[in-house]
Amino acid sequence: MNAKQETLDQGCMESGRDFWSGVVSSGPILLGVIPFGITCGVMGLTAGLTSLETIMMSLLVFAGASQFIAITMLGAGITSFGLVIFTTMLVNLRHVLMGASLAKYMIKQSASRQVLLSFLLTDEAYAVTSSRIHQDSYSADYQFGVSISLYITWALSTIAGVLVGSYIPDPLAWGLDFAMPATFLVLLFPRLTDKLSIIVCVVAGLISIVGVLYLPGKWYMIIACVGAVLVGGLMEGEKVSEK
Amino acid sequence: MGMALVTFATRFSCVALLQKTGMPVWLERWLRHIPTAILTALIIPALVLPKGQIDISLHNHYLVAGLIAALVAYKSRNIIATLILGMGTMLFLRLLA
Repeated sequence: MNAKQETLDQGCMESGRDFWSGVVSSGPILLGVIPFGITCGVMGLTAGLTSLETIMMSLLVFAGASQFIAITMLGAGITSFGLVIFTTMLVNLRHVLMGASLAKYMIKQSASRQVLLSFLLTDEAYAVTSSRIHQDSYSADYQFGVSISLYITWALSTIAGVLVGSYIPDPLAWGLDFAMPATFLVLLFPRLTDKLSIIVCVVAGLISIVGVLYLPGKWYMIIACVGAVLVGGLMEGEKVSEK
Repeated sequence: MGMALVTFATRFSCVALLQKTGMPVWLERWLRHIPTAILTALIIPALVLPKGQIDISLHNHYLVAGLIAALVAYKSRNIIATLILGMGTMLFLRLLA
């Protein structure tokens, strides 16, 4: 039997199958992504970006949370380039961890694939891909399938938001900007699963209120984030050393 | 455009780290809290100080709608339900005022 040829054929077939099963697995998450994309489009316009700028941001950055934050900052008149970039980096630092945990699989791929998969890496794609690793094995095609369907959905729903947004004369008068804290609430609650996360949340909340009152611009966000992360890290350190 | 570069840098830096065997535990422990902290820092001021001053009253529509949205978010974990009820409350309050 020509076993080698057989595995090769199988390999090609599996590559397509893995890609599509990745696309299918991303399905339920897409439902959650669409409202975010639409909100992102509406918010971009509210903050004074042009339609093109808002859509380009989704295409190039492809990072929900940091886009919202950047738009909020731009809308509040924070146009300092460095501050927006620094905040984006802070928010996205978590991807370093995800990348590190996938690195041992990704280094086996070609360089162009590494770049592509890295560019498309999101929380959602990471979550779906790592649960597939847990159940079965790593597949770059699968990860690509999940990632590309998230990317396309994100782009299309941002465009939809931009189209809807331009029909609303003054979204702010209707409190449409409230959509942002409301969506963040849904992201926040699943994270508050243990005492430590609740403490981090309370500390961040208190520092941010004081920060808004006494600090210029949007520095309250960075101070609150760094402060709460320090408290969380230190408390966790104590817990570990007690053991 | 800088945002695009920085976002990509965080996602691609795994390749720079590929020689190492993963992240040091202490760093992972600290980074873990960043999303929680930054989300809170975005939500709380938007609800408590929508105009730059502490406003804890029924006249603060953001706070009232925010409390209702928080309740829905906590119970349902559903973006669509939270948005509809939260924005609904907001619209209702605006129409009353």
